[in-house]
Amino acid sequence: MSAPVSPALLDTAPVLDIRGLRLRLPRTARPVLDGVDLTVSAGETVALVGESGSGKTLTSRSVLRLLPPGAVAEGRISVAGADVLTLTPRQLRTLRAGTAAMIFQDPRAAINPLRRIGDFLTESLRLNTKTPTAAAEARAGAMLEAVGLPPALLRRYPSQVSGGMLQRVMIAAALMGEPALLLADEATTALDVISQAEIVALLADLRTRFGTGLLFVTHDLGLAAALSDRVCVMYAGRIVESAPAGALFARPRHPYTAALLAATPRLDAPQGRLDAIEGQPPDLRTELTGCPFAPRCASATDVCFERTPAADAVPGDPAHLVSCHHGDRLEGSTGHA
Amino acid sequence: MPEPALVVTGLSRSYGTVRAVDDVTFTLPSGGSLGIVGASGSGKTTTARIVVGLEHADAGEVVVRGRRRGDRARGRAARLARAREVQMVFQDPYLSLDPRVSVDALLRETLRLHFPRVDRSRRTAELLDQVGLGTRAAGALPRQLSGGQRQRVAIARALAVEPAVLVLDEAVAALDVSVQAQILNLLADIRAQTGISYLFITHDLGVVRCVTDDVVVMRQGRIVESGGTTQVLDSPQHPYTRLLLDSVPRPGWDPRAIATARRTP
Repeated sequence: MSAPVSPALLDTAPVLDIRGLRLRLPRTARPVLDGVDLTVSAGETVALVGESGSGKTLTSRSVLRLLPPGAVAEGRISVAGADVLTLTPRQLRTLRAGTAAMIFQDPRAAINPLRRIGDFLTESLRLNTKTPTAAAEARAGAMLEAVGLPPALLRRYPSQVSGGMLQRVMIAAALMGEPALLLADEATTALDVISQAEIVALLADLRTRFGTGLLFVTHDLGLAAALSDRVCVMYAGRIVESAPAGALFARPRHPYTAALLAATPRLDAPQGRLDAIEGQPPDLRTELTGCPFAPRCASATDVCFERTPAADAVPGDPAHLVSCHHGDRLEGSTGHA
Repeated sequence: MPEPALVVTGLSRSYGTVRAVDDVTFTLPSGGSLGIVGASGSGKTTTARIVVGLEHADAGEVVVRGRRRGDRARGRAARLARAREVQMVFQDPYLSLDPRVSVDALLRETLRLHFPRVDRSRRTAELLDQVGLGTRAAGALPRQLSGGQRQRVAIARALAVEPAVLVLDEAVAALDVSVQAQILNLLADIRAQTGISYLFITHDLGVVRCVTDDVVVMRQGRIVESGGTTQVLDSPQHPYTRLLLDSVPRPGWDPRAIATARRTP
């Protein structure tokens, strides 16, 4: 059984607290995660946004210590008080089965097609907590109802339901262990916009009902801004900007955030060419000095290539952190007007 | 008025009892760009696959540059002519290229088949230049290229045939935002330069706004609304189009209202 967390602790401590996480992979010149700081409080939704290779998925997987072979992690990850990087295998199993749960992008890749949905949902309870099958099935039925599916689905096979329904099944599975923290890695990317809206509505609903903290990993800035309390933007293994969703969208301070917003095809923008970001993100085989975005940045000066910018609060807004030597340059920009 | 690049009339296709495509009719003008949007299962990809010839229609016809696309091309010349009518770029740049064939060899092979008398070195360099790839990429195998570069290769290969219509099935959906913007700009440039026509299949309404002149909205195999892209997106007439538009995440977005709206038919 997982160690009970006292309600007093829940109020004060965040459900997820990552401090100075640095992750090195074999045969790379620089850490793939380089000093990531991130917190998620109970009932809070934090979006982690970035492009391929930015380290957003590795960050969320690190929370469950699902690290690639040969990876060396430094720093501290604490989930509901447990220090993830130092847990014993048994404690780690408890963490993954209960305290923290992950929803992946492709539900069909994460479920055994030969077993009934009921077997899949009850498996972790039956194996990890020795819950009797009947009780586990009752809970699985209740969880299916919580995500808006009929309990009769327990008898069905994954191939008999649609992708949107199966993603709901995955969410129900994640809820089986009453997690304090839910990690969603591109959980709606494979779905069309309408199903995506349904899943997001469901996650928002569950968060208010169960007080679960949610870390939502996505490449979609619009989605991040729409569903989260706070957005963290990652680039080359670092969080370059973090702010309340509204502020980040309306007044981005990091040139990368602003460039990402400008490159996104939008419904309310005029037709025509997009402001593409030229160049490529830095390769893992090259070492980085200074700001990782400097080579692609229009505002870069000499200092950007020499010194790594620290995360500083925007004057007058302590919740808005930006790692840029020229974070004040975009002041007064309205982001996407 | 020049001949339309593509005319689709009364296209239907059923799988068992499901009508995947149900009486679909639209016209793609020469040099135009038409978007097909809809949720999963709306029939947009099946329509595209019938246009390309990867799927057969139960009824209806597809006419490219005034020539009806038959069910089967007989003989080598007919097959090549058919290939020059429509080319396709797929969603996943990691799956649509042969991992053992270099970019250069891939383009040369296509040119050899279709234009045996053309100067292949010159044309290959032209194509690479057109899609913004350097000569360094020419010798590369697909695994040595990034996702965006691979999609550029797939576009170059399709352009090598000089087709009348290029079908892009979610061709930018798998790309990162910054790379997606580069490819969308590239596609706009190519259309302006060559006068090629695009049939753009996507679920992303922002992309549709960016790259198409006209749009058809599909639901459960049927077209529910069609018209100029700006007009349809700015003043949607059909409730389903409105639902699709409301589903696009933005600040102040209400996903609960969409979930409710979907359940009310």
